[in-house]
Amino acid sequence: MKAPKGVSLWRDGMRRLFHRRLAVVCLGIIVIYFLLVAFIYVVELFNWRIGPTLWAEPTGPSYQPPGSENIFGTDIFGLSVLRKTLYGAKISITVALFASIISIAIGVPLGAIAGYFRGIVDDVIVWLYSTLSSIPYILLILAFAVVLRDKTIAGQKLTGITSVYLAIGLTGWVGICRLIRGEVIKHKEHEYVLAAKSYGCTNKRIIFRHLLPNVFHIVIIVFSLRFVSFIHAEIILSFLGLGEADRPSWGAMINDARIELARGVWWQMVAATVAVFFISLALNIFGDALRDSLDPKLKVQ
Amino acid sequence: MTAYIIRRLLYTIPIVFGVLLLTFVLFTLVGGDISMEIAGKNATPETIAEIREEYGFNKPLFFSWDSQFIRHFKSALTFDFGRALDREPVIDKIKRGVGPSLALTVPMFFGIVIIAVSLSLLVAFLRGTVWDVVALVLCVAGMSIPYLSFILFGQYFFAYKWGLFPVFFSPDLSIPQYVALPILIGIVTGLGSNLRFYRTVMLDEMRADYVRTAFAKGLDARRVLFKHVLKNAMIPILTQVVLAIPFLFLGSLLLERFFGIPGLGYLMVEAIGSRDYRVINAMTYISAVLFVIFNLITDICYALVDPRVSFD
Repeated sequence: MKAPKGVSLWRDGMRRLFHRRLAVVCLGIIVIYFLLVAFIYVVELFNWRIGPTLWAEPTGPSYQPPGSENIFGTDIFGLSVLRKTLYGAKISITVALFASIISIAIGVPLGAIAGYFRGIVDDVIVWLYSTLSSIPYILLILAFAVVLRDKTIAGQKLTGITSVYLAIGLTGWVGICRLIRGEVIKHKEHEYVLAAKSYGCTNKRIIFRHLLPNVFHIVIIVFSLRFVSFIHAEIILSFLGLGEADRPSWGAMINDARIELARGVWWQMVAATVAVFFISLALNIFGDALRDSLDPKLKVQ
Repeated sequence: MTAYIIRRLLYTIPIVFGVLLLTFVLFTLVGGDISMEIAGKNATPETIAEIREEYGFNKPLFFSWDSQFIRHFKSALTFDFGRALDREPVIDKIKRGVGPSLALTVPMFFGIVIIAVSLSLLVAFLRGTVWDVVALVLCVAGMSIPYLSFILFGQYFFAYKWGLFPVFFSPDLSIPQYVALPILIGIVTGLGSNLRFYRTVMLDEMRADYVRTAFAKGLDARRVLFKHVLKNAMIPILTQVVLAIPFLFLGSLLLERFFGIPGLGYLMVEAIGSRDYRVINAMTYISAVLFVIFNLITDICYALVDPRVSFD
């Protein structure tokens, strides 16, 4: 008699996820945004002269309303708002991606180590994130961004978006660290950890080969939801003049619109808002669906 | 109990120490000597030397009785943050900004909480119906629109185009006049995420056994919602509210910036523009201290109210 084939957590979760039509549509939207960004990177790498990378070339008179020539109209310099919006995706998503990578790289190992070893190591790490979380999030990001901007660290000058994603990434790891720590504390008591110990596995191996793969779905759920707040943080930083200055970004476009709206020029504002709206909506719905499929009991703030 | 409170009080010391350490690292170690920037372009060496003396940039970083490290701690613990770039003491600026900020954030916050909690009860009551789905979709859609867009469009339509509210702050306006529209925009913006949060809280309660019992003994839905569910849901709601109070003192960065309200958010935006580290440092420290204090109060209240909290 053959033993019934087991279904892994991932396969089961993915099956449930793909049964939700809305989640699949949202995943499609997210993929489109990422493909667009990848496309812009490739075009810039080979210096092809097509599409959104030509944003710096005027396509009409100043403040041309949306029409057949320019779908989303033009800005004060006659630049196509459509091209600027598409190019803005690159800045926003790059920032959010790097910020996520930095916060995962800090938060996940720290959380796992704190939860696994407990004792003094745990105390120090908990102290570290309690300190960070006692400062209001937006103030913390701003403090980091202001200080890091235009600083030279290790021979590298932090200009434009580098200081932005460093600021967001260095402050954004608290939530994931706390969640991973809690999960590891729970998982540590399971038999598979005991089994690994009895084989003589080193602590490093138990943490990285046994415990982390079992809690890693949390990282994915949390970051599909946190990605939105990173994108919105980038907009606020750009708006406050702490972001990318030379290339178009959604925050800078909204900042331009502050003066333009009074003149009845609404299209730049609407284009940027719509661009942010769709990626945020897709990520919010997809993240929720992902959580419901993989770990319905998880509480993400 | 007394032992618990004392232990809990002692626990705040490392947190405040950590915040001071962090601000020291950020604004002194990484920020560095900014006397040239403060003095401006055509400054004489004497002016720069004076500024270096006043800000303590000429002192050693650590190992000395008048080191910058000790100075940083001393200034924070005595709430004397020195003078801002325009030579006004930082603490005076902050004291002046608290009033307008609170006038904006307190009504906004309580407006959001009251509307969101009442709506969440309604949505929890209608769970599983079309209205629940509609409310949820609206919440997620509202959360996906950038804060800035809400403010810009709100200001443009309600104040500029239709003239229902003043566009900017001016000293001759009364407080309700200039905070009305920002409060309205703030409530609309914050409603999405809050309603979703409280809906989850309510639904978690609705699944509890005592709700089934209440229904089983024949109580109508209204009674169950208001007498049973709401009372039990008050614990997470109150935690959320108390922990949000310290943030009210900060004002709203973006709303104050757009409507020119001279509160702490505006002060912060100005400080970012002119890279006034002392103002940012003071704001960071004060808000962290407030947060720690309110956290302490919440924990002690919990211990007093909830018999399940253990004192070990």
